[in-house]
Amino acid sequence: MTNSIVELENADCILVIGSNTTSSHPLVATRIFRAKARGAKIVVADPRFVQLANKADLYMRHKLGTDVALINGMMNVILSNGWHKQDFVDERTEGFEEFRKVVEQYTPERVSEITGVSAEDIRTAADWYANAKAGSIVYCMGITQHTTGVDNVKTLANLSMLTGHIGRESTGVNPLRGQNNVQGACDMGGLPNVYPGYQPVNVAANKEKFEKAWNAKLSDKVGLTIPGVLEGLSAGSVKAVVIVGENPMVSDPDVHHVEKALKNAELLVVQDIFLTPTAELAHVVLPGASFAEKDGTFSNTERRVQRVRKAVEPVGDAREDWKIFQDLSTRFGYKMEYGSPAEIMAEISSVTPSYGGISFERLEGDGLLWPCPSAEHPGTKFLHQGKFSRGRGLFHAIEYKPPAEQIDAEYPFWLSTGRIHVHYHTGTMTRNSPTLHKEMPEGFLEVNPVDARALGVKSGDAVRVASRRGEVVIKVDITARVTQGTVFMPFHFVETCANLLTNPANDPIAKIPEYKVCAVQLEKAL
Amino acid sequence: MEYRTVLTTCTYCGCGCGFYLEVLDGRVVGTIPCKTNPVSEGKLCVKGWNVHEFIHSPKRLTQPLLRKDGALTPVSWDEALDFTAKRMREIKEANGSDSVAFLASAKVTNEENYLIQKFARAAVGTNNVDHCARL
Ligand code: SF4
Repeated sequence: MTNSIVELENADCILVIGSNTTSSHPLVATRIFRAKARGAKIVVADPRFVQLANKADLYMRHKLGTDVALINGMMNVILSNGWHKQDFVDERTEGFEEFRKVVEQYTPERVSEITGVSAEDIRTAADWYANAKAGSIVYCMGITQHTTGVDNVKTLANLSMLTGHIGRESTGVNPLRGQNNVQGACDMGGLPNVYPGYQPVNVAANKEKFEKAWNAKLSDKVGLTIPGVLEGLSAGSVKAVVIVGENPMVSDPDVHHVEKALKNAELLVVQDIFLTPTAELAHVVLPGASFAEKDGTFSNTERRVQRVRKAVEPVGDAREDWKIFQDLSTRFGYKMEYGSPAEIMAEISSVTPSYGGISFERLEGDGLLWPCPSAEHPGTKFLHQGKFSRGRGLFHAIEYKPPAEQIDAEYPFWLSTGRIHVHYHTGTMTRNSPTLHKEMPEGFLEVNPVDARALGVKSGDAVRVASRRGEVVIKVDITARVTQGTVFMPFHFVETCANLLTNPANDPIAKIPEYKVCAVQLEKAL
Repeated sequence: MEYRTVLTTCTYCGCGCGFYLEVLDGRVVGTIPCKTNPVSEGKLCVKGWNVHEFIHSPKRLTQPLLRKDGALTPVSWDEALDFTAKRMREIKEANGSDSVAFLASAKVTNEENYLIQKFARAAVGTNNVDHCARL
């Protein structure tokens, strides 16, 4: 997030797009409710009537995958009414003219045709957001899990720059990250192209710096993303894979394909706390420790680094994950001898400028929001104050592109996937929690009442859902949360695994699969 | 009976709520919200309130497993780690560093993620490190 969670409370207009906030980030939703109580306008844009839509001052139900068109439409209105902040654009950005040319073509009427949202609603949303004192954008996987995920994010950045709603208190572009420590995994260089702190691996100075710090020869070749690793396994160029705490056999698109790829590995090592479907395929399974059994830190979605503290010893012979890696590394021939996670953090801060001032001692209390470059630095509540990290903010001229897979006579329904409130990710933890499991013991498919009637199914009946990649038999939940022609399925359940169906087509830059849109057919199961 | 509370951070979503785990005789038995946590201010969602329940689940993995004659078989840490290190070395030597890949995790700590990528980059010599950021 460019801004911190508490700041949401003081925004005058919050645009929530592609985020089922009350389910996936309940404590962020709390702040949105408080903003509303203070009089802020809440605009929710989502193809599915999420719970937050009930509280919205304006709800826009745009068609799946039409986010760029919708936001371009809002910006068209803003420009033609002169609601944009020209001084901000002049002083702090570049690329405006080219951007303007594209946006000028997205009249509310044309956008209304693409998105299904009325021209009037597009005008209202544009008015409220642009003319707010502090306008904030909140988004989640509904924006990123598309073949146009990067375009979607850049379009939201355009909107914030156009209106000057960035680099100030209670404004910004605020992604809510899916898993608890996604932010931290990215910050720590759990990515194929960057060292910790987003320092690119193919910049010679960075490579030299880390070679010195780690006393090792490093590669300047950008590595493989997950889809690349799976392709490499299938092609035989990747032979060994180590998977830590992830469960691609449930979480990744087109699970049949994932299984085939993983079975090709000569060595598959899985480190986890439960025997997940992915672990079942492994040659070696290493029992790690749960968050309650180790010390360390997590970085939340607002960049706040906070302490995780050991409450109990790991169960049985399980071990803290950091101890497993350093033991493995030493046996492999590269010695690691850290005495504690605090020592590891000391090394992190020595090589990661944005974590430069972070140490376990300083994390007692409220934690610290990075960038925190020095031991005296108080941390950073919101980013881009006065200047963007790249200097001038760059406008991107972005055209709307439809989803990769389209519905047709054979696969006439749109399928979207997502999370529900009581479960987390592939369910390995929540489905092993009796209370949470009881709340929602099995998966379901949301079907619009009109479609249900046509299919001849009642709530609780089973349907067979098939895509070009696989099929699932699942109970239906009849609800107007989804529009006619669209169905929704949570992805937490291995027995009714949504990712047997999803399309692995991914964004050309970020490689995010299009979990949010694919084409399926439905029929009543007997 | 020994009872303690330990302040920590939720593992279930990116909000990062704070709470105390209640520990009774070496087992986590409950969760109490933390009023002073800047994010949660004494609130938790249903997942947070029940976060202690999976920790001592009988289904937890408690021993390293190694595939022998097709079946995953309990082994000692020494055997599991020696086997893994040796096979990784062989594969690296036969096919190059980039034949090895790592999936780090959005569920483990920063320190652990740092070590995974350091192991991949410094020990194995590959930038093949990714995680499910896209989920
Ligand atoms: S208590 Fe709920 S909202 Fe808070 S971090 Fe945990 S899962 Fe997220």
